[in-house]
Amino acid sequence: MIKVIDLNKRFGEKEVLKGVSIEYTPGECSLIIGASGSGKTVLLKSLVGLHQIDSGEIWYGNIEWSALSFKEKKSIRKEIGMLFQGSALFDFATVEENIRFPMDFFTDWSDSEKRKRVDFCLERVNLKGVNTLLPSELSGGMQKRVGIARAIALNPKYLFCDEPNSGLDPQTSILIDQLISEITKEYNITTVINTHDMNSVMAIGDRVGFIHQGELLWEGDKEQVLVSGCKELDNFVFASEMAKKMRELLDSKRQE
Amino acid sequence: MGDTLEIFGRYFKLLKVVFTKPDKNSAFRKQFLIESEKLILNSIPIIAVISLFIGAVLVIQTASNIENPLISKMYVGYMTRESLVLEFCSTMVALILAGKVGSNIASEIGSMKISEQIDAMEMMGINSANYLILPKIVVTVLFNPLLMLMSFIVGLLGGAMIIYITDIITLNQYSEGLQYAFNFYYFIYSMVKMAIFSFLITSISAFYGYYAEGGALGVGRSATRAIVTCSVAILIANLVVTQIMLN
Repeated sequence: MIKVIDLNKRFGEKEVLKGVSIEYTPGECSLIIGASGSGKTVLLKSLVGLHQIDSGEIWYGNIEWSALSFKEKKSIRKEIGMLFQGSALFDFATVEENIRFPMDFFTDWSDSEKRKRVDFCLERVNLKGVNTLLPSELSGGMQKRVGIARAIALNPKYLFCDEPNSGLDPQTSILIDQLISEITKEYNITTVINTHDMNSVMAIGDRVGFIHQGELLWEGDKEQVLVSGCKELDNFVFASEMAKKMRELLDSKRQE
Repeated sequence: MGDTLEIFGRYFKLLKVVFTKPDKNSAFRKQFLIESEKLILNSIPIIAVISLFIGAVLVIQTASNIENPLISKMYVGYMTRESLVLEFCSTMVALILAGKVGSNIASEIGSMKISEQIDAMEMMGINSANYLILPKIVVTVLFNPLLMLMSFIVGLLGGAMIIYITDIITLNQYSEGLQYAFNFYYFIYSMVKMAIFSFLITSISAFYGYYAEGGALGVGRSATRAIVTCSVAILIANLVVTQIMLN
């Protein structure tokens, strides 16, 4: 479980996160939604320690992560996997070397054990025979899948995904969503996903938190998102023309 | 002034993180070999070609300036050797490397920064600055002085080549000049200079790459800044080291 208490973060004069408090549970896909620039990525990067927070607390289980030093955080980092927006695969390394990277640093596994684990991770994300390819030789969707394979290489307890569907076609987006959701349930991982894709929310959003201008305005599940009663969330959810028309239709049916 | 101080502060702060014990020795060794190929072996052709031609040009220029029949032609060899060892093979080669290696390092680390690859390493708990920058610094400080020696030898060969082709002086005169008043300390001086320049080139370029921001344009900007700053740093360091070691 991850617990965030009264998290604040500013860049210079700009207050990016304002007193965010939220909890994430194992075995659930928890989604952070919000418009671009609302503070989603900053929240995610603060959770994994890529941004230093100004005040507040972040707890991983019963360990206060935000109070640990860089060295002390290392033991927990081994339990964290992250899928970056642009996959962030290492250009200089092949697919296999990318997935082996955390193993080389944090395990004493033999070469054959590492190879087995690489093959297992690749199979889990439905990729085979790409071990020797470079990231530049893969499509966007394949890169995301290798990113997931690398993120689960060390059997993480926590998985963070920053806009996993960005730049992908709708069909591949659904596959990536399903994959993340399956892995979350299968290994009982605490998964936090940062997205503004409403399809993802409807497909895998066990818990949903809406961030608006750095504040957590609303929390609930995917069923409640459409009837939240929160004006800002409604504006976000029903931003597209199609969604607006569906909403008008729903409203008119309700009135009838 | 405040900005300059801030840059210096960030540079030394980065160096503090770079000079720590590597997370994994085997990973450091692997990077060391990769960087040796990338930064040293791949620089050999360009350094060799430039040194060959500069050596030849130095011989022609020196020979054409010694018109007095009372001055022995062997001084052509002597002056070519001194020019090569004192300035060309260290300072000029370092300026060439600042362009080639400096831009390579700044753009490589810069593009890793903007594509979140450095974040990915940090997230895993790996000291990215140490992993990416320390092997580059160690490799260049250790091996660039050898590149300087190679440049010296190829420069002398370039001189011999032009003498052979043009008969501007005899090869015997050239060889006599090369051996005349030989001072081994100049080699030490030049190699020390090269080691210092290499440290500056690698650390400054890595610094600009590591703090690159603003997309592809930002990477280009950081590579340009790295080359300019390295060149100025080399010239200043040249002055300081020469004053300390030769005066």
